[in-house]
Order: sequence, then C-alpha cells, then structure tokens
Amino acid sequence: MPIAAISTSAIAFIGDFFEWFGNLGIFFWRVLRAGLTPPYECRELIRQLDEVGSKSLPLVALAGSAIGVVISLEARYSLSRFGAKSMFPATLVYSVIQVMGPIITGLVVSGRVGAGIGAELASMKVTEQIDAIEASAINPYRLLAATRILACILMLPLLTIAADACGLLTGWFAQALVEPLSFHQFVESGFKGATLNAFLPPTLKTMVYGFIIGLIACFQGMRTRGGAEGVGRAATNSVVLGSLFLMLADVVLVKFILVVFP
Amino acid sequence: MATAQSTSILPEELEESGREPVVAVQDIHKSFGAHKVLNGINLTVNRGETLAVLGRSGTGKSVLLRLIVGLDKPDSGSIRICGEDIAGLTIDQLGGIRKKMGFLFQHAALYDSLSVADNVAFPLLHHNKALSKSERADRVSQLLLEVGLDGNLDRMPSDISGGMQKRVGLARALALKPEILLLDEPTAGLDPISSREIDELILKLQKERQMASIVVTHDLFSAKIISNRLALLDQGNVLIEGSFEDLERSDIAFVKEFLKQ
Repeated sequence: MPIAAISTSAIAFIGDFFEWFGNLGIFFWRVLRAGLTPPYECRELIRQLDEVGSKSLPLVALAGSAIGVVISLEARYSLSRFGAKSMFPATLVYSVIQVMGPIITGLVVSGRVGAGIGAELASMKVTEQIDAIEASAINPYRLLAATRILACILMLPLLTIAADACGLLTGWFAQALVEPLSFHQFVESGFKGATLNAFLPPTLKTMVYGFIIGLIACFQGMRTRGGAEGVGRAATNSVVLGSLFLMLADVVLVKFILVVFP
Repeated sequence: MATAQSTSILPEELEESGREPVVAVQDIHKSFGAHKVLNGINLTVNRGETLAVLGRSGTGKSVLLRLIVGLDKPDSGSIRICGEDIAGLTIDQLGGIRKKMGFLFQHAALYDSLSVADNVAFPLLHHNKALSKSERADRVSQLLLEVGLDGNLDRMPSDISGGMQKRVGLARALALKPEILLLDEPTAGLDPISSREIDELILKLQKERQMASIVVTHDLFSAKIISNRLALLDQGNVLIEGSFEDLERSDIAFVKEFLKQ
C-alpha cells in the first residue's frame, strides 16, 4: 500500500513537473510574440530599466565589494603558502570578473528583482488588475512581462560590471592595507596579457541570467492563484526557482565559454 | 410572463430583420474542470438597451461577462460583438473589439500603484497617443466629473472609499467611449445610499451615451431601476428573461423565491 501511494505521488510529481515546463514554454512564446510585435512599450521599459538597474545598484555594489575583500583575504593567505604572492592581482582580477562577479550579481538580482516582480505581478493578478489591463485592450504579456524580462536582460551585464569594479577596488584596498601596492601596479599586473575574450563572455553571460530571472518571476507572478498566500508563494518561487535555474545555467555557460572562447 | 425561450432573439433572426444585436451570445458552454458553469446560454443585447443578469452566487454571471470581454474562452458556442465572432481571436486581435467595450470589475480592479487620474488616463495613454498631455488631463477631469468625482485626482486608490473606487473604475471603463458597457456587481459592498447614487449614475450615462449594457447584480432594486430587461440564470442557463413585471408574474418557484429577497 505505501509503495502504491509513493508511486502515485511520484507520477503526480512528474506530471506536474512536465506541466510546469509546458506552461513555461507557452508563456515564453506569448511573451516573445508580444514583445516582437508593435506597439512597443518604451515608457514601461524605461521604468523597468530604472527599477531593475538603478535601484539594484547599491545592493549589487555592496555585494561585489564584500566579495572583493573576501577573495583578497583568502587569496593572500593561499598564495603566500605556495610562494606565489606575485600572482595576487591576477588571481583577484580573474576570480572576481570571471567567476564571482557574475554569479553574485545574478543571485542578488534574483533575490531583489525576482521577488519584486513575482510579488508585484501576483498581487496584480489576484486583484484582477492584469485582467483590467487586458480588458482595456492592452496586451499584458507585452506591457508587463516583455518589458520586465528585457530590462533584466539589459541591466544584468551593467550591474555585473559595477559589482566587478567594486570587488576589484575593495580587494585591492584590502591588500594595500597589509602590503604596499599601488592601484596602478595592481591593474597593470592583474590585467597583464588579458584579452577581451577573457572578460567579455563571463560578463555577457549574465544576459542569460537576466532572461532566467525575468522569465521565471513573470511566469510565477502571472499564473498566481489564491490571494495573499498565492502572492507569497509566487515571490518565494520566483527567487528559489530563479536562483536554482541561474546556477544550473551557469554550469552550462561556463563549459560553453571554455569551449567557444578558449 | 416571458421565458427565455419566448423572448430571447437568436442572432440569425436579427440578421434577417437587419437589426443585429451589439452583443449576441449563442449556445455558450463553459466548465471549470468537472464543474459545469454555463450550459448552452443564449442572450442578446441591442444598442441603447440595458440587460440585468441575475442569479444565485456561482451560477456563472461573472463568467458570462468574462467570456463576453474575451478574458476566458468558452468551451463551445459563439459570442458576437458588433457582428464579429470573438471565438478563436488572439489577444491582439481581440484588442480592436475590446476598445468598443468598457468593463467595470466587481472590486473595481484599479491599478494600485497609479493615482486616480492615472488610472483613468491609462487607456487613453495607450490608445489615444495623439492626445497631448493637457488634452489627456482635460479628458480625465471631464470623465471624473461625469461620474461625480472632482478634486480627487492625485489620491491613490487605497485612499478612497469603495463607492469612489467604483466611480473611478466606471470613469476608466468609459475612457475609450465604449459602445458596450459591462458592469460586474456595480453596487456590491456599498451602502444603500452609495448604491442608489451608482444606479443614478449608470442611468444618467445610459441616457447620455446610448450604450448597450450588461449588468450583473444581486441587487434586485438596482436591477429594476437601471435595466430594460432582466435575465435570471439558474443551473447554467437562462431560466426566465423579460421585464421586471414579467418576473413578478412568473409562476416558477425559483423565480418567486428569488424575488422574495
């Protein structure tokens, strides 16, 4: 009997899993079709660029700064053990720009923007505001979803650059407090021999993070049911699923970048 | 007494007579899972006419309005708005038809992040892009004045009463000068005085604009005042349709019970 119950639950779970992906695919298709056809919602896009970009900047800068200090402390200790202290600038530069900057920015934006979009759209859904938009002959997939997803795609690389810059600055500063190291020396040594290929793909891959964060948050928000509880669930799921898919995508993207931009 | 069968005019008959209804609902079925909500319903509304749709809670009155405005799709049957069948239209294709309709939601559904003025301006901003900022502001003031609101332009929806929210919702519904007005329980949750004020407002607007209106309501008194015709729904279909007097003369037990309230 318990085996039968477990298998029934497993079948239901698998069914829900595929249904969720199917609905996500349909949602994406509607957003894509709406976003690519006029009228374009430029005013709303600009508002969303501000919401996603400017308003996330302080948090992203703070997170980037903290990561810079942590990497600086850890790298100095590890490199000293192996007598490779001269590698410190390059280690910090590559660690921040290629690895930590993009993923930290993605996770911070997923937490702040993903939850915000999920909760906002869910609240609009349960109070019939999205229906009111549609009844006013305005396509909500175009006005609400396409603009938010595009804003996430466009702002993530810029926020990543800000996080990287803050991380490098605080990392250098943390090192300079212990050992004399001019900023000029740090930059020259850190970026020595580096090509654009080393830094551009890791920064641009955050556009995929932005797409994932925006798409999942809009999807969770616009399919919400069930009042305040539904709104809370949509906000939580937006963050949890957004962060999870972002990290899974990172695995694929890192491999892809290593193959395509060796 | 008039029953649904005797007074409901089918779209074909009206087409033959050269007078097509503005809204023609024909043989609509709608279910949610195993629960059948609408079961082959037929209704028509002509220009300048107000139809009140009555019935117990859960009989599909609001679902009927959502189907007419295209927010939900029927399982089968046809809905013709100004002669055009809306079944199978995409969300963008429906846009042209929706511009002819104004919809007042049960809880007004005002955009809570926008002020009263911006709520009313919202459809104008998207569909009347030729309007200058000052022209749009004038139009918003005029619409709010029309629904009896003045001097509340910058307040947020959460700062105004339920009755005022309904008025703002009505002003927003009227913004694009619709030919059809759909009202979902316009007096629900309001005190008797506010309810009568909303009724008078609807009557005034009908007289001035000559729209076709469908009003879903539980308020019999309101239905009697504002409508030319009433349709009582039961078990997903129109049980009886006619004037208020027709309903009062009915021998059907459910109608008698319903009118006792």
